[in-house]
Amino acid sequence: MLTVKRLAEALNANRILMPEPNREVTGGYTGDLLSWVMGRAQSGDAWVTIMSNVNVAAVAQLSDTAVVVFAEGVVPDEAAVRAASLHDINLISVPEGAFAVCAAIARMLEV
Amino acid sequence: MRPASESDGALMSEPLHFHFDVNGDDFTSAGEASVQVKKLLRQLDVAPELIRRISIAMYEGEINMVIHAHGGDADVFIAEDEVTIRLRDDGPGIPDVEKAMSEGYSTAPDNIRALGFGAGMGLPNMKRYSDSLTIDSLVGKGTTITMVFRF
Repeated sequence: MLTVKRLAEALNANRILMPEPNREVTGGYTGDLLSWVMGRAQSGDAWVTIMSNVNVAAVAQLSDTAVVVFAEGVVPDEAAVRAASLHDINLISVPEGAFAVCAAIARMLEV
Repeated sequence: MRPASESDGALMSEPLHFHFDVNGDDFTSAGEASVQVKKLLRQLDVAPELIRRISIAMYEGEINMVIHAHGGDADVFIAEDEVTIRLRDDGPGIPDVEKAMSEGYSTAPDNIRALGFGAGMGLPNMKRYSDSLTIDSLVGKGTTITMVFRF
Protein backbone atom coordinates (compact mmCIF):
# COMPACT_ATOMS: atom_id res chain seq x y z
CA MET A 1 0.00 0.00 0.00
CA LEU A 2 1.33 3.43 -0.94
CA THR A 3 0.72 5.85 1.90
CA VAL A 4 1.07 9.62 1.70
CA LYS A 5 4.01 9.39 4.10
CA ARG A 6 5.83 6.90 1.87
CA LEU A 7 5.06 8.96 -1.22
CA ALA A 8 6.46 12.09 0.43
CA GLU A 9 9.64 10.25 1.44
CA ALA A 10 10.14 8.76 -2.01
CA LEU A 11 9.67 12.16 -3.67
CA ASN A 12 11.90 13.80 -1.07
CA ALA A 13 9.12 16.33 -0.70
CA ASN A 14 8.84 19.31 1.55
CA ARG A 15 6.05 18.48 4.01
CA ILE A 16 3.84 21.50 4.39
CA LEU A 17 1.04 19.72 6.25
CA MET A 18 0.60 16.04 6.95
CA PRO A 19 -2.30 15.44 9.32
CA GLU A 20 -3.08 12.11 7.68
CA PRO A 21 0.23 10.38 6.84
CA ASN A 22 -1.34 6.93 6.61
CA ARG A 23 -3.94 7.86 3.99
CA GLU A 24 -3.60 5.55 1.00
CA VAL A 25 -2.74 6.95 -2.43
CA THR A 26 -4.63 4.96 -5.03
CA GLY A 27 -4.13 7.06 -8.15
CA GLY A 28 -3.16 10.44 -9.47
CA TYR A 29 -4.45 13.48 -11.32
CA THR A 30 -2.75 16.62 -12.52
CA GLY A 31 -4.30 19.96 -13.41
CA ASP A 32 -4.71 23.54 -12.28
CA LEU A 33 -8.24 24.26 -13.44
CA LEU A 34 -10.29 23.50 -10.36
CA SER A 35 -13.48 22.37 -12.06
CA TRP A 36 -11.54 19.89 -14.16
CA VAL A 37 -10.05 18.50 -10.97
CA MET A 38 -13.49 18.25 -9.36
CA GLY A 39 -14.91 16.61 -12.47
CA ARG A 40 -12.09 14.15 -13.11
CA ALA A 41 -9.97 13.44 -10.04
CA GLN A 42 -10.90 10.39 -8.01
CA SER A 43 -11.11 9.93 -4.27
CA GLY A 44 -7.65 8.81 -3.05
CA ASP A 45 -5.70 10.47 -5.87
CA ALA A 46 -2.47 12.38 -5.43
CA TRP A 47 -3.36 15.74 -7.01
CA VAL A 48 -0.38 17.40 -8.67
CA THR A 49 -0.79 21.13 -9.28
CA ILE A 50 0.88 24.52 -9.35
CA MET A 51 -2.27 26.33 -8.23
CA SER A 52 -1.62 27.62 -4.74
CA ASN A 53 -4.57 29.72 -3.54
CA VAL A 54 -7.11 29.01 -0.83
CA ASN A 55 -9.58 27.33 -3.18
CA VAL A 56 -7.16 24.42 -3.57
CA ALA A 57 -7.98 23.42 0.02
CA ALA A 58 -11.73 23.38 -0.66
CA VAL A 59 -11.31 21.43 -3.89
CA ALA A 60 -9.02 18.87 -2.24
CA GLN A 61 -11.49 18.48 0.59
CA LEU A 62 -14.57 18.09 -1.60
CA SER A 63 -12.83 15.82 -4.13
CA ASP A 64 -11.42 13.73 -1.29
CA THR A 65 -7.94 13.53 -2.81
CA ALA A 66 -5.32 11.86 -0.58
CA VAL A 67 -2.66 14.56 -0.92
CA VAL A 68 -1.99 17.77 -2.82
CA VAL A 69 1.47 17.74 -4.42
CA PHE A 70 2.65 21.23 -5.36
CA ALA A 71 5.07 20.95 -8.31
CA GLU A 72 7.79 23.42 -9.40
CA GLY A 73 8.58 24.22 -5.77
CA VAL A 74 5.31 26.09 -5.42
CA VAL A 75 4.35 26.89 -1.85
CA PRO A 76 0.67 27.48 -1.11
CA ASP A 77 -0.34 30.82 0.35
CA GLU A 78 -1.08 31.25 4.04
CA ALA A 79 -4.86 31.18 3.62
CA ALA A 80 -4.62 27.88 1.75
CA VAL A 81 -2.51 26.28 4.47
CA ARG A 82 -4.89 27.55 7.15
CA ALA A 83 -7.94 26.17 5.32
CA ALA A 84 -6.18 22.86 4.68
CA SER A 85 -5.27 22.47 8.34
CA LEU A 86 -8.92 22.91 9.32
CA HIS A 87 -9.88 20.00 7.11
CA ASP A 88 -6.95 17.63 7.70
CA ILE A 89 -5.62 17.90 4.18
CA ASN A 90 -2.13 16.63 3.34
CA LEU A 91 0.04 19.16 1.46
CA ILE A 92 3.53 18.53 0.11
CA SER A 93 5.77 20.41 -2.30
CA VAL A 94 8.49 19.23 -4.69
CA PRO A 95 10.95 21.16 -6.89
CA GLU A 96 10.31 19.05 -10.01
CA GLY A 97 7.76 19.87 -12.68
CA ALA A 98 4.36 18.17 -12.86
CA PHE A 99 5.45 15.73 -15.58
CA ALA A 100 8.39 14.38 -13.58
CA VAL A 101 6.34 14.15 -10.40
CA CYS A 102 3.52 12.29 -12.14
CA ALA A 103 5.98 9.90 -13.74
CA ALA A 104 7.49 9.15 -10.32
CA ILE A 105 4.06 8.61 -8.74
CA ALA A 106 3.00 6.36 -11.61
CA ARG A 107 6.12 4.21 -11.11
CA MET A 108 5.29 3.86 -7.41
CA LEU A 109 1.71 2.91 -8.21
CA GLU A 110 2.97 0.60 -10.99
CA VAL A 111 0.47 1.98 -13.48
CA MET B 1 -49.94 17.06 22.30
CA ARG B 2 -50.11 14.81 19.29
CA PRO B 3 -49.98 11.05 19.67
CA ALA B 4 -46.46 9.66 19.39
CA SER B 5 -47.24 7.59 16.34
CA GLU B 6 -48.41 10.61 14.39
CA SER B 7 -45.41 12.76 15.30
CA ASP B 8 -43.09 9.85 14.50
CA GLY B 9 -44.68 9.61 11.10
CA ALA B 10 -44.32 13.34 10.57
CA LEU B 11 -40.65 13.16 11.50
CA MET B 12 -40.01 10.39 9.02
CA SER B 13 -41.73 12.02 6.07
CA GLU B 14 -40.56 15.59 6.62
CA PRO B 15 -37.20 16.22 4.95
CA LEU B 16 -34.47 17.98 6.95
CA HIS B 17 -34.03 21.52 5.70
CA PHE B 18 -30.90 23.65 5.92
CA HIS B 19 -30.46 27.19 4.69
CA PHE B 20 -27.18 28.89 3.78
CA ASP B 21 -26.33 32.39 2.66
CA VAL B 22 -23.63 32.44 0.01
CA ASN B 23 -21.50 35.52 0.49
CA GLY B 24 -20.67 37.08 -2.87
CA ASP B 25 -17.75 39.16 -1.71
CA ASP B 26 -14.93 36.70 -1.48
CA PHE B 27 -13.76 33.33 -2.59
CA THR B 28 -12.42 32.40 0.79
CA SER B 29 -15.87 31.78 2.17
CA ALA B 30 -17.24 30.25 -1.04
CA GLY B 31 -17.43 26.58 -0.29
CA GLU B 32 -18.33 26.95 3.37
CA ALA B 33 -21.89 25.79 2.74
CA SER B 34 -20.72 22.79 0.69
CA VAL B 35 -18.22 21.80 3.34
CA GLN B 36 -20.94 21.99 6.01
CA VAL B 37 -23.29 19.91 3.88
CA LYS B 38 -20.51 17.37 3.42
CA LYS B 39 -20.07 17.08 7.20
CA LEU B 40 -23.81 16.80 7.72
CA LEU B 41 -24.21 13.99 5.18
CA ARG B 42 -21.29 12.18 6.77
CA GLN B 43 -23.07 12.31 10.13
CA LEU B 44 -26.16 10.90 8.46
CA ASP B 45 -24.09 7.98 7.13
CA VAL B 46 -24.66 8.73 3.46
CA ALA B 47 -22.36 6.74 1.12
CA PRO B 48 -18.99 8.52 0.62
CA GLU B 49 -19.17 8.57 -3.20
CA LEU B 50 -22.62 10.17 -3.07
CA ILE B 51 -21.42 12.73 -0.52
CA ARG B 52 -18.60 13.55 -2.89
CA ARG B 53 -20.97 14.08 -5.82
CA ILE B 54 -23.36 16.23 -3.80
CA SER B 55 -20.74 18.45 -2.20
CA ILE B 56 -18.81 19.04 -5.44
CA ALA B 57 -21.99 19.94 -7.34
CA MET B 58 -23.02 22.32 -4.58
CA TYR B 59 -19.56 23.92 -4.50
CA GLU B 60 -19.70 24.53 -8.25
CA GLY B 61 -23.05 26.21 -7.74
CA GLU B 62 -21.72 28.35 -4.91
CA ILE B 63 -18.74 29.42 -7.01
CA ASN B 64 -21.02 30.34 -9.91
CA MET B 65 -23.11 32.52 -7.61
CA VAL B 66 -19.97 34.28 -6.35
CA ILE B 67 -18.51 34.79 -9.84
CA HIS B 68 -21.66 35.89 -11.63
CA ALA B 69 -24.31 37.01 -9.15
CA HIS B 70 -22.67 38.55 -6.06
CA GLY B 71 -23.80 35.58 -4.02
CA GLY B 72 -27.22 34.19 -3.26
CA ASP B 73 -28.69 31.54 -1.06
CA ALA B 74 -28.80 27.79 -0.90
CA ASP B 75 -31.41 25.45 0.52
CA VAL B 76 -30.67 21.82 1.14
CA PHE B 77 -33.42 19.30 1.75
CA ILE B 78 -32.44 15.86 2.96
CA ALA B 79 -35.14 13.24 2.66
CA GLU B 80 -35.02 9.50 3.22
CA ASP B 81 -34.27 8.64 -0.37
CA GLU B 82 -32.90 11.85 -1.93
CA VAL B 83 -31.18 15.16 -1.40
CA THR B 84 -32.44 18.29 -3.14
CA ILE B 85 -30.32 21.42 -3.43
CA ARG B 86 -31.84 24.71 -4.53
CA LEU B 87 -29.51 27.59 -5.37
CA ARG B 88 -31.06 31.00 -5.87
CA ASP B 89 -29.55 34.31 -6.93
CA ASP B 90 -30.59 37.74 -8.18
CA GLY B 91 -27.78 37.89 -10.72
CA PRO B 92 -27.81 38.72 -14.45
CA GLY B 93 -29.38 35.41 -15.48
CA ILE B 94 -28.20 33.02 -18.20
CA PRO B 95 -29.12 34.21 -21.72
CA ASP B 96 -28.33 30.90 -23.44
CA VAL B 97 -28.65 27.93 -21.11
CA GLU B 98 -27.70 25.38 -23.77
CA LYS B 99 -24.44 27.21 -24.46
CA ALA B 100 -23.75 27.58 -20.74
CA MET B 101 -24.13 23.82 -20.35
CA SER B 102 -21.44 22.99 -22.90
CA GLU B 103 -18.02 22.02 -21.54
CA GLY B 104 -15.44 24.76 -21.92
CA TYR B 105 -17.87 27.63 -22.46
CA SER B 106 -17.24 30.37 -19.90
CA THR B 107 -18.04 34.02 -19.39
CA ALA B 108 -15.87 34.34 -16.28
CA PRO B 109 -13.51 37.34 -16.15
CA ASP B 110 -9.71 36.94 -16.23
CA ASN B 111 -9.19 37.55 -12.51
CA ILE B 112 -11.44 34.58 -11.79
CA ARG B 113 -9.60 32.41 -14.29
CA ALA B 114 -6.32 33.27 -12.60
CA LEU B 115 -7.72 31.63 -9.47
CA GLY B 116 -8.29 28.39 -11.35
CA PHE B 117 -12.01 28.82 -11.93
CA GLY B 118 -13.89 29.83 -15.08
CA ALA B 119 -12.87 26.79 -17.13
CA GLY B 120 -16.43 26.32 -18.33
CA MET B 121 -16.89 23.11 -16.36
CA GLY B 122 -19.09 24.30 -13.49
CA LEU B 123 -22.55 23.62 -14.89
CA PRO B 124 -21.37 20.48 -16.74
CA ASN B 125 -20.02 19.13 -13.43
CA MET B 126 -23.31 19.92 -11.70
CA LYS B 127 -25.14 17.98 -14.39
CA ARG B 128 -22.59 15.17 -14.29
CA TYR B 129 -22.86 14.64 -10.54
CA SER B 130 -26.61 15.15 -10.01
CA ASP B 131 -29.45 12.84 -11.00
CA SER B 132 -31.49 15.78 -12.23
CA LEU B 133 -30.64 19.41 -12.85
CA THR B 134 -33.19 22.13 -13.54
CA ILE B 135 -32.19 25.65 -14.52
CA ASP B 136 -34.75 28.38 -14.17
CA SER B 137 -33.18 31.63 -15.34
CA LEU B 138 -34.50 35.02 -16.35
CA VAL B 139 -32.12 37.58 -17.84
CA GLY B 140 -31.90 40.60 -15.58
CA LYS B 141 -33.74 38.84 -12.77
CA GLY B 142 -31.73 35.89 -11.58
CA THR B 143 -31.25 32.16 -11.65
CA THR B 144 -32.59 29.26 -9.63
CA ILE B 145 -30.92 25.90 -9.99
CA THR B 146 -32.41 22.76 -8.53
CA MET B 147 -30.39 19.57 -8.27
CA VAL B 148 -31.68 16.23 -7.05
CA PHE B 149 -29.46 13.37 -5.89
CA ARG B 150 -31.07 9.98 -5.29
CA PHE B 151 -29.73 7.50 -2.74
